[in-house]
Amino acid sequence: MLQYIAKRLLGLLPTLLIVGFLVFLFVHLLPGDPARLAAGVDATPETVELVRKDLGLDRPLSEQFVRFVVGVGHWDFGRSLRTKRPVATEIGERFMPTFWLTVWSMVWSVLFGMAIGILSAVYRNRAPDRIGMTIAVSGISFPAFALGLVLMQLFSVQLGWLPTVGNDTWRSYVLPSLTLGAAVAAIMARFTRSSFVDILGEDYIRTARAKGLDEQHVVVKHGLRNALIPVVTMMGLQFGFLLGGSIVVEKVFNWPGLGRLLVDAVDMRDYPTIQALVLLFSLEFILINLVVDVLYGLINPTIRYK
Amino acid sequence: MTSATELAAIAPSPEPPPDPLARASAETVRTPWSEFWRKFKRQKVALVAAGFVLLLVVVAILAPWIVPYDAENFFDYDKLNARPSAAHWFGVDALGRDIFSRIIMGARISLAAGFLSVAVGAIVGTLLGLVAGYFEGWWDRVIMRICDVLFAFPGILLAIAIVAILGGGMENVIVAVAIFSIPTFARLVRGNTLALKHLTYIEAARSIGAMDSTIISRHIFPGTISAVVVYFSLRVGTSIITAASLSFLGLGAQPPTPEWGAMLNAAQADMLMAPHEAIFPALAIFVTVLAFNLLGDGLRDALDPKIERR
Repeated sequence: MLQYIAKRLLGLLPTLLIVGFLVFLFVHLLPGDPARLAAGVDATPETVELVRKDLGLDRPLSEQFVRFVVGVGHWDFGRSLRTKRPVATEIGERFMPTFWLTVWSMVWSVLFGMAIGILSAVYRNRAPDRIGMTIAVSGISFPAFALGLVLMQLFSVQLGWLPTVGNDTWRSYVLPSLTLGAAVAAIMARFTRSSFVDILGEDYIRTARAKGLDEQHVVVKHGLRNALIPVVTMMGLQFGFLLGGSIVVEKVFNWPGLGRLLVDAVDMRDYPTIQALVLLFSLEFILINLVVDVLYGLINPTIRYK
Repeated sequence: MTSATELAAIAPSPEPPPDPLARASAETVRTPWSEFWRKFKRQKVALVAAGFVLLLVVVAILAPWIVPYDAENFFDYDKLNARPSAAHWFGVDALGRDIFSRIIMGARISLAAGFLSVAVGAIVGTLLGLVAGYFEGWWDRVIMRICDVLFAFPGILLAIAIVAILGGGMENVIVAVAIFSIPTFARLVRGNTLALKHLTYIEAARSIGAMDSTIISRHIFPGTISAVVVYFSLRVGTSIITAASLSFLGLGAQPPTPEWGAMLNAAQADMLMAPHEAIFPALAIFVTVLAFNLLGDGLRDALDPKIERR
């Protein structure tokens, strides 16, 4: 197992390196001169040249790339053009709000989505299935930002139950995580249902029923564990969706997280911050997928990593 | 694709069906098309969704001729933020523009963004998938590595990064969403190609000396098309949401363009006074994406041979 993890980590290196190179190239793909961008619009040509030297933009591309990689290794992403503070500090402050928002969204959406999916599969083509799947297809069709606005209007403005912005208490987590998790819950419900429908048609389920087990036992003991295998894979993919979705949701709720930092950075063309965030988001995503693969092996005894 | 049997079912009259020849062929010869139609027409929800998508396409094409007011340059200063009325079906926005006209014009933008981006993504992705799956080896490794890299950017992050490089605007959003769709199609088609190419009929085609290009285009591609069609429909919905999200973030369509996401962004400021300014664009996105998703589900159920067995 450990050997498998190590092998997978090694296998990730080329992908990581290419991702890193693309993110590094990003500065040079931007229209205009990055040194001028960093120095500001009204900088004199001398200042621009100084900034160019200072940032090492006058060196050959290969040398710049090595410096970039070494910098990233030391958690040094340069300074934000907007606030002039180190990007690493900026990200450090914004990391936890996004982390908790993503975690809570994931927890409720997976539990709720799987519950709906299992109910729908057990009561296939009957009322609970129809209602569940109608909710699910609506969930994947409603854009997160619109849902956020509707929820905010309803629960914060009209009813006054929950705060509109900020992240001080647990109550401020309710609406953003509901908004962010809705689409994931819907996808999980649809996926769990189809996975469960497949499993419930298997011979060993018939055998379990034939030997007189009660239905609850059949569904939970024999169905759930097997149906979980594809569902766990789906969960990992959805984590990426949540990371991306948080960008939109944080904008709606004015959440002090990484997503809003990214939107602001793109708006202000604050490229060191954009670079760091894109790198961080993809790194997180790649690592989560690795964790999912390992989990996959833990719950599925037919897979033995060599 | 209307078979004669279907026509007969709609109009149960004592007269013989309009074209007896077509009827006979539809009943005796089970072509992939007739099989598909037989299964698809049973799904009422998907049929309604297909009808709605068709209606949307017609509305989008004819939009400039059917809108009651100019979507960008008509300002009714006496009715700022007015609620829906007979003159303005969906009300008036904060600048005095007719929301109904803007929604109709917005359909043009959203559908174009959805279709174009997914079409480009599907074409490029399918080609890459066919090449990777058929030739394997070096081609496969390079193409799948590119896909891995594109997949390493979660959700709309890749689109945001591309927009950050190219700048805002709807054209760049379409490019961004297209690039973001390529790897999913490439993986899908590669998987299908790998499965198909070991089948006997492919071996037979190769043994009579068919060229690789012929085998790919005449024998393998048709086998992957149903998966691509299903995915296409589901993907158009996602892409419309992604494009609207980018516009909502201020990275896509810029004011005064009547794009639905951009309209929602503008409506945020007046949510309290004029909730209808947000409700109608939100509903427009929801209903459109829902139609594509329901259509995609219906297509999948009609095209997936596994479904019948259950």
